[in-house]
Amino acid sequence: MKSLDILIVGVGGQGTLLASRVLGKYALAEGHDVKLSEVHGMAQRGGSVMTYVRIGEKIASPIIDEGGADLILAFEKLEALRYLHYLKKGGAVLYSAQEIMPMPVVTGAAKYPAGIEDVLGCAGIDALSLALQAGNAKAANAVMLGALCRRLGLDRAKFEEALLTSIPQKTVEMNKKAFALGYAAA
Amino acid sequence: MAEKKLLLGDFAVARGAWEAGVRVATAYPGTPSTEITEELARYDDVYSEWSPNEKVALEAGIGASIRGARTIVSMKHVGLNVACDPLFTAAYTGVNGGLVIAVADDPSVFSSQNEQDTRLTAVSAQVPVLEPSDSEESKEFAKLAFALSEKYDTPVILRMTTRVAHSQSLVTLGARENVPLRPYEKNIAKYVMMPANARVRHTVVEARMEKLSEDANGFSINRIEEGSKELGIICAGGVYEYVKEALPEASVLKLGMVHPLPYKLIETFAKGVKRCIVAEELAPHLETQIKAHGIAVEGKNIFPRCGEFSANLIRRCVLGRGEEAKCADVPARPPVLCSGCPHRGVFYTLSKLKLTVLGDIGCYTLGAVPPLSAMDAVICMGASVGMAVGFDKADPEAHKHTVAVIGDSTFIHSGITGLIDAVYNKARITLLILDNRTTGMTGHQEHPATGKTIKKEPTHELDLAAVCRAAGVEDVVTVDPGDLAATEAAVKAALANEGVSVIIAKRPCVLLTKKLYSGFKVNDRCKKCRACLKLGCPAIVNGEKGITIDVSLCTECGLCKSVCKFGAIEGGGEQ
Repeated sequence: MKSLDILIVGVGGQGTLLASRVLGKYALAEGHDVKLSEVHGMAQRGGSVMTYVRIGEKIASPIIDEGGADLILAFEKLEALRYLHYLKKGGAVLYSAQEIMPMPVVTGAAKYPAGIEDVLGCAGIDALSLALQAGNAKAANAVMLGALCRRLGLDRAKFEEALLTSIPQKTVEMNKKAFALGYAAA
Repeated sequence: MAEKKLLLGDFAVARGAWEAGVRVATAYPGTPSTEITEELARYDDVYSEWSPNEKVALEAGIGASIRGARTIVSMKHVGLNVACDPLFTAAYTGVNGGLVIAVADDPSVFSSQNEQDTRLTAVSAQVPVLEPSDSEESKEFAKLAFALSEKYDTPVILRMTTRVAHSQSLVTLGARENVPLRPYEKNIAKYVMMPANARVRHTVVEARMEKLSEDANGFSINRIEEGSKELGIICAGGVYEYVKEALPEASVLKLGMVHPLPYKLIETFAKGVKRCIVAEELAPHLETQIKAHGIAVEGKNIFPRCGEFSANLIRRCVLGRGEEAKCADVPARPPVLCSGCPHRGVFYTLSKLKLTVLGDIGCYTLGAVPPLSAMDAVICMGASVGMAVGFDKADPEAHKHTVAVIGDSTFIHSGITGLIDAVYNKARITLLILDNRTTGMTGHQEHPATGKTIKKEPTHELDLAAVCRAAGVEDVVTVDPGDLAATEAAVKAALANEGVSVIIAKRPCVLLTKKLYSGFKVNDRCKKCRACLKLGCPAIVNGEKGITIDVSLCTECGLCKSVCKFGAIEGGGEQ
């Protein structure tokens, strides 16, 4: 793996922290320097959240600057658009097609933007349906990690192990299924 | 080879304290400092506790230190305000066992009520401050802080910021040092701060800080990294990492101790470069001190005083290079009360009754977010109760349409004294204690009314209703905020009471249950009356297909069912 800056974005509660920790665990096992930067506290309550994952030989800043991300992994469509200015020229976006209405949209103060797919220039992964297929909507993050694994060409067995050793035992089977579905969909 | 681990900055502080032989760890939870003590609670050879507030945490810490134990006390920046009273005088007494106070600041205000700078408090308190820039340093500086505390006989502040506390980077793990409990010797002149002794101890403090400032010139954590003679940057903490990334050619003076400062070292560094700039987030603390010593530097003339920095910001401010990238113009996504949050029933009721709501610090501050918008003022921990007294005393009609709202943990932290004030001074207030059986916002810590210690051991469960009665409140009722009719009736009755009323709205935080739900569905009886939307529930979606429920978010709390007059919400079932 060469140096890689990944921005993980989504809605607080969707499991972006887990995703970054799995990536960190994997990269560390591969012998790289890693820095992760997380959001705790208030934003975890349904707000817009971003987590940074930086992998390379020697990392200084734990945060990725605007225009610096090699890849944006988005757990929600609008959040992919919100942070698009963090993407490097030629960088890639991998996003869940799931739409979660922010409160200003629910109250009618704003509209959920149309045509996000066109701006992002690619189709999203139907992570919510695949997660429900795997057993529960909460497995959507495992779907996205499966997709990410394939997209980045990471070692599937090792990456999957990094995931399955980071979650409660009783959800392993569901997450395994979700990971496989995401891998196939990428 | 020594084991390396990817650790959160806060966990690294805990590890460093453990390796330094810490025996006692106290704290009140506060983002971004909470994880230090959560992690220390996992070690069997360290006593740890959640104290009722930061003042008590520090007082317990001072006691443990005087008795001879290495002790760490952790809190967020605003928590240090609460602990300032013991802090300022602990600087006078000094320590016996090393006393380290880990304080986490929150530049950019990710999860706080203000953006204050702990370094300025430390200057007033005359306490030295170490500031690490990554997890490895967080661990090493925690260890060093204990050594300095004992060597210079002073409490030491280990200042973290959100970005250092909540970033993970590699840490080399070491063994625990065996540090025996120091003998305790009675020393009235040192530990009893009455005027005659305090006057003497103040001179000790002045001499100590002067000596530390002198010695700091030789500390290895204050180091010059030689680079270009054209540009020199003085920095510390997380900002150092941004500087190294943005200006790899520059000379850097990295300060590991940010108070007191090594002026000879700074002078040497400044003389060696053509342009010398201080890069620091928040207040111009380093800059002001350095300039006061007659050393010319740049600083806040080019850098902002608000918000956290980044490598891009350093490039922009120092080199004038690069534009600020523009974010797409999209709807904001503010944090909201979770789907199934027990506070929603309370705020729905307060919003419906159009009351003035004096709020407090916790998840329930989110009751201020539209469409509930059920909050009028939030200041600090415990302030809701005092503010309600003030409203009543300023306006004789206020009590008829004003309530104070406080969480269970926050009530114990500093709401109880406000309630005593209300009864004592014959105020007419209605106080709602939102008892969700946990310290919610910081990630579910135990507190005195949960009946469990930090290590989940059973202990006495503080009876909140009994506390209120003991304070002299006669009208104390408990309701389930999931029962909207009962909640509304209780609020109306309390407002009609010409005295102090307390309503304990008791229901556990929905996140404590960790269940998987299949979620409710909207059937074809929906008349699109939008009554359910007034709940401000993130799971209820008003989209092109009408009103639907997002099954990925629904926790089947049933509030929407109780406000729907048409029976249009059905289904659900735990998985």
